[in-house]
Amino acid sequence: MTVASTKQPRHAAGPLYALGLEGSANKLGIGVLSHDPATNQTTILSNVRHTFVSPPGTGFLPKDTAKHHRTHFASVCAAALRDAGVSPAQLSCICYTKGPGMGAPLTSVAVGARALSLLWERPLVGVNHCVGHIEMGRVITGASNPVVLYVSGGNTQVIAYASQRYRIFGETLDIAVGNCIDRFARTLRIPNDPFPGYNVEQLAKKGGVLLDLPYAVKGMDCSFSGILAAADVLAAQMFAQDKLLAAGGALKEGETRITPEDLCFTLQETVYAMLVEITERAMAHVGSRQVLVVGGVGCNERLQEMMGRMAADRGGSVYATDERFCIDNGIMIALAGLLAWETGFETRLEDSTCTQRFRTDEVHIAWRED
Amino acid sequence: MTAAATTTAPQPIPAPVPDPSPPEPSIHDFPLPSALLHPSSEPPTLITQGAEGRVYRTTWVDAGRECALKHRPAKPYRHPVLDARLTRHRILSEARILQKCRREGVAVPALYGVDEAAGLLALEWIPGAPVRVCVNGWIARRKERRRRLADGAVGDESKAQEGQDNSEPAVVAEVTADEEGADVLMDLLRRMGEAVGRLHKSGVVHGDLTTSNLMLRPWEKGKAPSNGHAETEQAAEESLDGEIVIIDFGLASQGTADEDRAVDLYVLERAFGSTHPKAEGLFPVVLDGYRGTFKGAPVVLKKLEDVRMRGRKRSMLG
Ligand SMILES: Nc1ncnc2c1ncn2[C@@H]1O[C@H](COP(=O)(O)OP(=O)(O)O)[C@@H](O)[C@H]1O
Ligand SMILES: [Mg+2]
Repeated sequence: MTVASTKQPRHAAGPLYALGLEGSANKLGIGVLSHDPATNQTTILSNVRHTFVSPPGTGFLPKDTAKHHRTHFASVCAAALRDAGVSPAQLSCICYTKGPGMGAPLTSVAVGARALSLLWERPLVGVNHCVGHIEMGRVITGASNPVVLYVSGGNTQVIAYASQRYRIFGETLDIAVGNCIDRFARTLRIPNDPFPGYNVEQLAKKGGVLLDLPYAVKGMDCSFSGILAAADVLAAQMFAQDKLLAAGGALKEGETRITPEDLCFTLQETVYAMLVEITERAMAHVGSRQVLVVGGVGCNERLQEMMGRMAADRGGSVYATDERFCIDNGIMIALAGLLAWETGFETRLEDSTCTQRFRTDEVHIAWRED
Repeated sequence: MTAAATTTAPQPIPAPVPDPSPPEPSIHDFPLPSALLHPSSEPPTLITQGAEGRVYRTTWVDAGRECALKHRPAKPYRHPVLDARLTRHRILSEARILQKCRREGVAVPALYGVDEAAGLLALEWIPGAPVRVCVNGWIARRKERRRRLADGAVGDESKAQEGQDNSEPAVVAEVTADEEGADVLMDLLRRMGEAVGRLHKSGVVHGDLTTSNLMLRPWEKGKAPSNGHAETEQAAEESLDGEIVIIDFGLASQGTADEDRAVDLYVLERAFGSTHPKAEGLFPVVLDGYRGTFKGAPVVLKKLEDVRMRGRKRSMLG
């Protein structure tokens, strides 16, 4: 990790502009925002996204995703600058996602970032994707010091700020919650458009029977792979029932007819209850009553509703954003990058690599008070 | 997108303002469990709203004797069937495991009664404070001492020396083992490790070890005064003296697998580091305390290294 030892805060009269480039998973997001260090006001100038959607029953592969990002990089970037009405010369820095994420897509965007940096002679800032989500969520919702639940296709973490770091209090012990839902959507062959979690949520709204799934919480940690395996078993039973009934057979006496709606309902009720539980445990432990939900799974309405009830019972409230900001985007990278740049941080060209593993608690949050 | 973007100028978003911190929950915020509506010699007080339970101090069970009544109210956020299943399971397992710990001589609150249908557990009242509060108090007092020292020493030599480390002022630097006064804290950490070791030795894995779930009970001197808790608590907080009592067994299970024991330690290690970042470097003292408590402890500590490695490898994908 590169840490400049003689960092001087950068001052400016008026707002600073940054370009943010994100492509750690299947979304290519590019945006421009401005931040005024004197007033701490943020203005979103543009937020353009292009998503790689794979066919039903399949996930997105690194190779194809990287190709998608390379193909659309120039046009998405041009659209972001045009929408913002900002010229490259006005940018203080070019911020890109350093990690965590899938290697090939990350690299393709980092290469684009380096090219722009050389072309426009603007400095680079490498950004931790998770920190980007947190800072964006704080700005949009106005939650100053919340416990953060970060839930996406690749991450499940309960985070709280202390001493210039985002500390991880709890996390998944195996796969991420979004990954669990996406993979189950594949089992059911639900379309990936606009995204699998959305379609699971729509089906769940029509369900109402709670089937039997395991519940796996360990303190502030949790685990999803056992739940996915059990849900897959139930889905297999459902497919067998379909076949039997189609062939004119009948269910056994007292056997429940399993439906995709009830399966999705049960999966959501179970995994979201676990997430709310570990968040509540962290809130009780650190004595906080604000909770901020970020990451792609964070726009799930049922999760937001459950979290809201829990927070209300603790005399607090839940903060969440809509899909423009909770789903991966470029402005969150611009924001976290610009905040770091203002404290004197910069990523030199020779250090502008990516890393698939980059923990949230590795980043020195120099812009917040100790 | 383009049409909207050109017609309306983007609005600046103001900086987040710190929340005025809401008042602490009071006993009037929640309906009392019916057990507490019976006449009692003294009215109950709500002590905390924990992660799952609300803990009341009451003399309901036995007039004159204080008891902690832990109520697990229904969680309206989750499906009622799931909620009922979890609440029932956790209350019964907490009760069962507390009994087992008492039999094995592990320091836990005595169990006075259980009503799983009402979501109630009546426990011995543990005077003192959670270890989290004691450690944070110690760190705050240290910070205060150092700040006074730094203020008082403007321009003199000690200040100049401290100033050399300009990345982090000494006031907020991490606690080190050899600094003055750290022995008291390290002694507490060792006792924590020993307490967890005794728990594991008895065949119980806690499942939620944090510094909130370890209490520091001041040593009993003769008979504890029935109304002098504030004094003893204050004294215990300052000296960090006392016995570690383990509480909150809702996620506990019986077992002796090295893996489960190692995960228990790993959970504590991470919770400790994130809760007390300034004292994070002293955590090995907890493990030192643990090492001596039973024959299998070194194997568990070896396993802990694997568990840590797994955690780091997991470091997630986008
Ligand atoms: N037996 C007890 N005596 C005194 N205080 C207690 C006792 N049990 C719990 N407490 C207090 O209540 C808090 C919450 O209790 P705990 O059993 O940990 O419930 P939760 O599952 O809600 O975390 C503890 O952190 C402690 O401060
Ligand atoms: Mg507790």
